[in-house]
Order: sequence, then structure tokens, then C-alpha cells
Amino acid sequence: MKKKNWWLYLLGLVIIVVHFIPIYILLGVAAKSSMDITSKWILPGYVEWNNFKEALNGGNMLLALKNTAIITVFSVFFVTVIGAFSAYPLARNRSRLNTVVKSFILGIMMIPGLSVLVPLYSTMVKIHGISTYWGIIVVLVTFNLPMSIFLFSNFIAGIPVALEEAAFIDGCNPIQTFFKIILPQLKPVVASVVILTGVGCWNDYQFSLYFLQSPQYRTIPLAVASYFSQTANNMNAAAASALLGVLPVLLLFIFLQKYFIKGMVDSAIK
Amino acid sequence: MIRRKWITNIFYIPAILLFLFFVIYPFIEGIRISFTNWNGYSQQYKYIGMANYLKMFQDENILTALKNTLIYGVGSTIIQNVLGLSYAILLNTKMKGRTLIRTVVYAPVMISGLVMGYIMYFLVQYDGGALNDILTALGVAPIDWLSDGNRAVIIMTLINSIQYVGISMVIYLAGLQNISSQYYEAAAIDGVSGWQQFRYITVPLLIPAISSSVTLNLIGGLKLFDVIQALTKGGPGYASHSLSTLVANQYFQATNAGYSATIGLFSFVLIMILSNIVTTYFNKKEVYM
Repeated sequence: MKKKNWWLYLLGLVIIVVHFIPIYILLGVAAKSSMDITSKWILPGYVEWNNFKEALNGGNMLLALKNTAIITVFSVFFVTVIGAFSAYPLARNRSRLNTVVKSFILGIMMIPGLSVLVPLYSTMVKIHGISTYWGIIVVLVTFNLPMSIFLFSNFIAGIPVALEEAAFIDGCNPIQTFFKIILPQLKPVVASVVILTGVGCWNDYQFSLYFLQSPQYRTIPLAVASYFSQTANNMNAAAASALLGVLPVLLLFIFLQKYFIKGMVDSAIK
Repeated sequence: MIRRKWITNIFYIPAILLFLFFVIYPFIEGIRISFTNWNGYSQQYKYIGMANYLKMFQDENILTALKNTLIYGVGSTIIQNVLGLSYAILLNTKMKGRTLIRTVVYAPVMISGLVMGYIMYFLVQYDGGALNDILTALGVAPIDWLSDGNRAVIIMTLINSIQYVGISMVIYLAGLQNISSQYYEAAAIDGVSGWQQFRYITVPLLIPAISSSVTLNLIGGLKLFDVIQALTKGGPGYASHSLSTLVANQYFQATNAGYSATIGLFSFVLIMILSNIVTTYFNKKEVYM
């Protein structure tokens, strides 16, 4: 038995090495000075802090961090609240109308955001939503909502109805029942929704690229992108900006891994 | 039993309003714009009937983008599911260090596809790229990896697959952990071999996981946008565009909003049809125990 195991560990090691390469290369490039022309496989024996300083000042990463944080927090808040409310009647009132509404919402999950780019963009121009916080938040909320409603309604459908019936008998109306009985039980699924939506909004590029055109509203992906396309001569500072941009989510992931993976699995399997 | 329960339906009105205003209305607007020659900013435009549609079916670039979109979608799906299932089987053993493998494989899912594209640029760039350093060390001439459209498409499919293989892995792992060990014990008593156990127990019971994983990967690959923007912007020429990047390109670079809307509708219909085919196929295959 023991003898058979060594190749499993070898395989495991190969997988770890292969998947770690991108982060390894990024760390190396971000730490190197732009004068250093050693191979990207070699980690430097020093850290060129100027790369980070330049990314923070020249690349305006602090502003980008602030913008991304504001957009992410508000989007996640609305996606979670509107999602939880919408899911309750869909999970509990099985009427013909609600079946239609539910399949309508699940259908929206399929629509790729970019396929409506032209008309969505021209709509946002009409209502003056381009390059505003609320404009991008509304778009992100709309396109993240279906997944949130899907997760909440699956979860609520799994809660036994007995408690609600008891509440009704005690004189609660349906709306009070939702607030007093259902809402307190939603904690685990709230964690999943917050994490999934949070990562999605933090990393969004396809909407932000078009709906946030003014530099003062630049988010992290936009800041990294403009860095990479402008400063071809200082790739090391660009790498530092990329590292600064991914660090917050990576750290969160390492500490809250269990919840991240649970959220992913819940959203995928019915 | 409980009357007036329908009153809670008011809870979903805000969501419905958002969808009507920011998905359905734009969608219908998109159909209207697709019949015009609108340039994206001017007040004036003309209705030109089916011209955009006729143009689309003769456009070489659309054909390339369609082919690329299918490679991005189907290629990523195959790689991610084969690798993801293999990783999950490995992690489902009792080996030490499983958590570390899971962390390292899943972590890139957290990174924006755009930033991943830029990181990968350090590997595939011509001058001083990490891959070319290996080639040079081996005495082989360096390659300009992204200069050829077809090769760029394959490289970006690989990047997308490696980045998101963690999603398939955790879905399959959850699926494997749901299969009761009794089935395998019974099969072992009956003398069923390892491969047959996999073929006749594991695969059929994993159908829900396969279905979710395939659908997610397929939609993700067909929508591929970020990596392409980071690495080639659809180039050289139009050789590595996906339908998504072409929509953006036609609107903002070519100022051809009418045509862009037409391509958008086309990509929507394509993704709908493909993902429906996949879902229906797997629904038929599902076994109930």
C-alpha cells in the first residue's frame, strides 16, 4: 500500500507547482527593479519598494481601491437585500404567476452582459449614469441579482414551513413572518451570496470598462489595465499594481476558504 | 390554509423593475438598433432593414470570432472538466496536503480574469518572457507566442482553463463526497474492477455535478472577454476575437453600434441554444437512486 502512494504525492506536488507559477512570476516581477534583467524564473534577493510606491502614486491605486471598495460594498448590499426579499415569495407561494417569474429570473442569468452592451450603454447615457457610482452599481446589482435570488430561494425552500405556520397561528401576518422567522435563519446563505457577489464586483472589468470612463472613478481592474497599456517601459511597477489589486481578495480567500468554496458549490448544484 | 400569502409578492417587485429597466428594455432596444446604421453617439440614424444581418453572414471576421468563441467555450469546458475531475478524485483520497492543493488550485478563481491575463503576459511575452527563457536555456529559438492568431486562441483557452479549473474541482469534489461508499463496497464484493466502478458507479452518480460544471464552464468560456482584452485585444488583426470582444470593438472602436447590437443578439442566441442543448442532454442522463 505504502509503495503505491509516492506517485500520488508526486502528482500533488506537480499540480501545486504548475498552479503556483503565475503567482510566483508575479511576485518576482513585482519585487524586481526595472534595471534587473535576470530571468523571470529567478526571485530577486531584494524588494524594489519603488515599484509599489510608483503603483500607488503614479497608478493611483489608492483611489482605485477606494472606488472599488465603494462600488463593491453597495452592490453587495443591494444584491443581498433585494435577493433575500425577492426569493421569499418565489420559494413559498407556489402560484402559476410565481413559477413564471422564477423562470424569467433564471433565464436572465443566461444573458451575457455584453450581448446587450450597445442598448444598455445608450440607456445609461440617456439617464446620465455613465461615470457615476450609482450607474455602475445599478448595472452590477441587476446582473448579479439572478444568482442571489436563485441561492436564497433554494435555501428558503429547504427551511421547514412548520415555524411559519406556527407564527401565522399566533397572529403574524406574512410580512412579519418573513422578518421574524425567515430572515434570522438566512445567515449561511448570506455568507455565500456576499462572497460570490463581492468577488464578482471587485473583479468586474467588462462593465466598468465602459460605464466608468472618467479616471476619477477608475476601479482596480481599470487601473491595472491602464498601467499595463501605458507604461510598457516599467512592467515591474505594473506588476506591483496587479499584486496590490489581487492581494485583498487572495488574503480574504486564504482565511475564509471554507465559505468561498461552499458558496461556489451551493451556487452550482441545485 | 393561510390567506393573503400572495401579499409577499410585493417583495420581488424591485427586482422585477430592475430587470425590466436594465435587461428587458435594453434587449428590445438592441433588436431595434440592430435594424439601424446608428454610429453610437449621433442623434441621426436610418433604418436599414436587414442590412446588418446580411453583412454579418458574409463577414469573415464574424466567422473567425464564432470559431474562436466555440474554441474558447468547448476547449475550456473539456480541459476544465477532465482536469477538475482528476484533481477531485485525487483530493478525495486520504492523502496529506489535500488542503494545500485545493487552496493553490482554487486561488486563481479569486483573481480578475483581466489581471490573470496580464500576469500570463510575463510568461508568453517575446522578450524575456518566462516560457522563452526555458526555450533559450534548452537551446531552442524563442517564439513570439501571440503573433499567430490560432496559437493565441489556444494559449488563451489554456489560460482560462487553468485559472478556473478550481471551480470544476470543488463541484466534483462535493459530488464525489456525496456518493455513499456502500456502492463501492458492494461492487468490490461482486469483483467489479476499479475502472468499471468508475464507469458504472461514479460517472452516473456524478451526472448532476457534471451537468453544473459543464454548463458553468461552457457559459464562462463562450463569454470570454477579460483575458483577450489583456493579451491580444482580439489581434493580430481580428484573428483572436471572441464574439464578446467583437461586440465591444464594433461599438467603441469601429463606431458601428447598429452592427455591434446585431452581433450581440447573435451571441446571445448562440449561448442560449448551446447551454439549453447541454442542460437537456444531462437532464435525460440523470439517474435517481
